[in-house]
Amino acid sequence: MKKNLILAANAVVVFAALLCVWQAAVWVLHIPPYMLPPPVNVGHAIANRFPELWASFWISGEAAAAGLAGSIVGGLLIALIFARLPWLRRMLFPYTILLQTVPIVAIAPLILMWAGQGLFAVALVTFIICLAPIIANATQGLISVDTNLLQLFLMHNASQGQILRKLRLPHSLPYLFVGIRISSGIAVIGAITGELFAGSTRVGQGGLGYSILYAMAQLQTDYLFALVFTATILGFSFFFTVMFFEWLFLHKWHESARSEGNES
Amino acid sequence: MSTIPEILFRDVTKRFRAADPPVLQSIDLTIERGEFVTLLGPSGCGKSTMLKLVAGLEPITSGQIQVNGLEPRHARRLVSFVFQEATLLPWRTVERNVALALELEARTREDALETTGRLLDLVGLTDVAQSYPRALSGGQKMRVSIARALATKPRLLLMDEPFAALDEINRDRMNEEILRLREASSWTVLFVTHSVAEAVFLSSRVVILSPHPGRIAHTISVDLPYPRTATLRETPEFDTLVNQASRLLREAHRV
Repeated sequence: MKKNLILAANAVVVFAALLCVWQAAVWVLHIPPYMLPPPVNVGHAIANRFPELWASFWISGEAAAAGLAGSIVGGLLIALIFARLPWLRRMLFPYTILLQTVPIVAIAPLILMWAGQGLFAVALVTFIICLAPIIANATQGLISVDTNLLQLFLMHNASQGQILRKLRLPHSLPYLFVGIRISSGIAVIGAITGELFAGSTRVGQGGLGYSILYAMAQLQTDYLFALVFTATILGFSFFFTVMFFEWLFLHKWHESARSEGNES
Repeated sequence: MSTIPEILFRDVTKRFRAADPPVLQSIDLTIERGEFVTLLGPSGCGKSTMLKLVAGLEPITSGQIQVNGLEPRHARRLVSFVFQEATLLPWRTVERNVALALELEARTREDALETTGRLLDLVGLTDVAQSYPRALSGGQKMRVSIARALATKPRLLLMDEPFAALDEINRDRMNEEILRLREASSWTVLFVTHSVAEAVFLSSRVVILSPHPGRIAHTISVDLPYPRTATLRETPEFDTLVNQASRLLREAHRV
């Protein structure tokens, strides 16, 4: 507990020091605010344009959440099929790596061309980059079940359905969460990338990606910084939401989710 | 009344792959109902494989195995398997781990929980019924594993070095406990170990296997009366049998 407080205090001190250096640099070096606005200006931008930032936060958040949720459902379904049909897994698994390595900025315009400009298209971009880590980790979880446990189930004449529900799925849960955690970080990136190409997804408003383009065009550098700050907050929210669910599902039984300070 | 043996091996040979040398060769063994038979031998002599064959988890290459007159796969309802590791489901509490086998055999939840409560009491784990496996010691985990095996009221228990991972004090205690549990019911046990003292203490018969390929080298009858308690280990009769078994084991290994 005390250790955590010290860590938190550390983080605050470092952050404050950073802001001071930034502010001083702008003053001393006479950097024009359109190149690098001082932190005070960024603070003003956050306060003055809060409604717009808030709206962008939710628009991007929605698209990222929809894409991530879709990739969890879709990825798990694909993993179930892969776990069931090893020949299909061997045949298609290399392509999931392809899915991971193709640069999203390169295919986002294509997706938007095909799927239109709306929220759906942005969520689809997110879905595509979130899918691979979930497939890979969930499949690993489903197939790495202990042989003895499997034999135990067979000894009691368990059906395939029982083996899936009572053994493979719960066993794969920690693996699945590793996948979701990785994907939650890139979900926000996916949504913003999608929005860079999609433009406004709602009348008169847009997500973070859209607003970033707008701020850049208008040379509103302080607003741009405020948007970067908002995007970071959005990424954090995703990460911590996933961490919370991971803790909720795993803390009672799984070693990885053991509360800190407990490890010896 | 019935003269059907509980387990029958008739000229059983097992290879894992057709081209491999046999793991077990020409095994003939008859185990009557109510016996406690231990397979004793060094690692690699196929003793664990024999259990897997009886459980119907591995096919035999040639010969015949019957469990209560049935093919192993069809006799599984009569049988429980205790593995070398406790093999518990970490996401289930102790209580629900014990109830697992009952759930798989489609008993109602109430029925399962009642049986479970009784068994936890029997193995002395009532206090940790709601704990998760990671909070248990090695000995406690093994007790849960045994309680789970007993939940389906098996006639035949197959135990594959269940206490190998425990320290000696805990191992001796579990040995005594297994015999105590057996007083109440009369299961047949086929037990695998590489500890000579454990084999003699538990069994009515010790079967010594020699390796490469696994064959039955010797059989020793342990004519010490049940119930057996910890003090048995201090008697000269016990010592004599342990020495005899050790000598035969060494000979079997040398061949």
